[in-house]
Amino acid sequence: MSILEIIIITLIKIIIMVTVLLLTVSYSVYFERKISAWVQNRVGPNRVGWKGALQPFADVFKLLLKEDIVPSSSNKPLHALAPFIALFVAFSTYAVIPFGPNVKVFGYDVQLVVADVNIGILYILALTSLSVYGITFAGWSSGSKYSLLGGIRSSAQMISYEVSMGFSVAGVVLLAESLSPVKIVEAQHGWMWNIVLQPIGFITFLVSAFAETNRLPFDLPEAEPELVGGYHTEYSSMKFAAFFLAEYANMIMAAAFITTLYLGGWQNPLVDIFNLTGTWAVLLQVGAFLFKVAFLIFFFIWVRWSLPRFRYDQLMNIGWKVMFPLALANLIWVAVLIMIFKF
Amino acid sequence: MSGIRRKKDLTFSEKIYVPEIVKGLWLTLRNMSKPNVTLEYPEKKFAPPSSYRGRPVLVQDSNGTERCVACGLCSRVCPALAIEVQASETENEKERFPVKFEINMLRCIFCSFCEEVCPEEAIVMSKDYELVFTNREDAIYGKDKLLVPIENLKDRLEFLRNFK
Repeated sequence: MSILEIIIITLIKIIIMVTVLLLTVSYSVYFERKISAWVQNRVGPNRVGWKGALQPFADVFKLLLKEDIVPSSSNKPLHALAPFIALFVAFSTYAVIPFGPNVKVFGYDVQLVVADVNIGILYILALTSLSVYGITFAGWSSGSKYSLLGGIRSSAQMISYEVSMGFSVAGVVLLAESLSPVKIVEAQHGWMWNIVLQPIGFITFLVSAFAETNRLPFDLPEAEPELVGGYHTEYSSMKFAAFFLAEYANMIMAAAFITTLYLGGWQNPLVDIFNLTGTWAVLLQVGAFLFKVAFLIFFFIWVRWSLPRFRYDQLMNIGWKVMFPLALANLIWVAVLIMIFKF
Repeated sequence: MSGIRRKKDLTFSEKIYVPEIVKGLWLTLRNMSKPNVTLEYPEKKFAPPSSYRGRPVLVQDSNGTERCVACGLCSRVCPALAIEVQASETENEKERFPVKFEINMLRCIFCSFCEEVCPEEAIVMSKDYELVFTNREDAIYGKDKLLVPIENLKDRLEFLRNFK
């Protein structure tokens, strides 16, 4: 393949990825509202379009048409920059998530991942750590005490949970003997999913992912009753929309990351059982990936409307005294698996 | 205190969170399949019971005139000073009627004191709860808006006879 062909194929993949992502983000907002309504025996949005299906677009247009208020006591460059750091980080992490096996399209051998980076896991961890900046800058530059408190809480929370997150990922990396997401997915062929092999690691990673994405029960950075809106109290219009998008993109990112690491990515046991090959196998595998991600998004939303928020000291206690030792125990368990059971 | 288990002490299964979280998730999952309680208002309307206190109205008898004798008790008892009555005499001897009967719906608090104090069952609370006006003048309801034929108020009158 010439360089031009590689560039064109990559561009097509990026365009498909970003389009699917933006649609998923807007519809996860819609489903968040719908599921919350069902949990509370309500109807939910049902006015715009069929069963409210155009609601996300109405929301976006509403936000775009609002006045953009910048508080006079804010640090203006940072105030404008912060939401776009959050958005950039949330979207760029998808580049290394594999959503299907290698396929042949018009004679080209195409990998269904935007970039097969051999240190992809490290790349994702680095970028998710960067997303702390978006929120902390937003909190600090707004010049409001609520925003500042939200920003500080967020940085403390994300840094604490990154430790147990990193240790849970270490278990996965040990088993796959690679930092590349593509290799990690390939190592989980059939039913050898990491959720089966290391369930404790899955739980610690899941909880850390909730904390990293600032979702309930760990949404202390934006705890409405205490902090008004947390770090985005002083944001409006387009900038608020950017934060909103970033939050949901992060949630989908977390779902895709969990799928890749623990639920076997695009691995579909049906394909192995029926010995399928060709187009149907690929479709089933991509479908399996999408289904797993959709289920996890539903799970994120479901948890949000079931559990109350943790208190700040409880959050820190769980992070350091429970999740960290559990992640370490999981690492030892994986080491035992490799050394004694020869996985 | 040693032998007593206070409410604050969590059992082991409560301390490890996971079983309790699963319980909570199961509860919300079951709730999702339950029928919703929302009444989609402009399309479907709430049908109030006869004990409902909607806007106060004047009863219009079957002969087309109001029952009100303009005694002014309702105006006197009204805690929000929403009612204004001006009396005049009819052709019949010793009979009075209101020339002007106005209720300021911005002031009315729907307490139903006027209904309670009325000796003639002439002012009652209706089931009408859709009160919309776009300026203050429209909010003052005169006799034209207040008079409601007795057939439409049967429910409330019966309710009053049973429970007042």
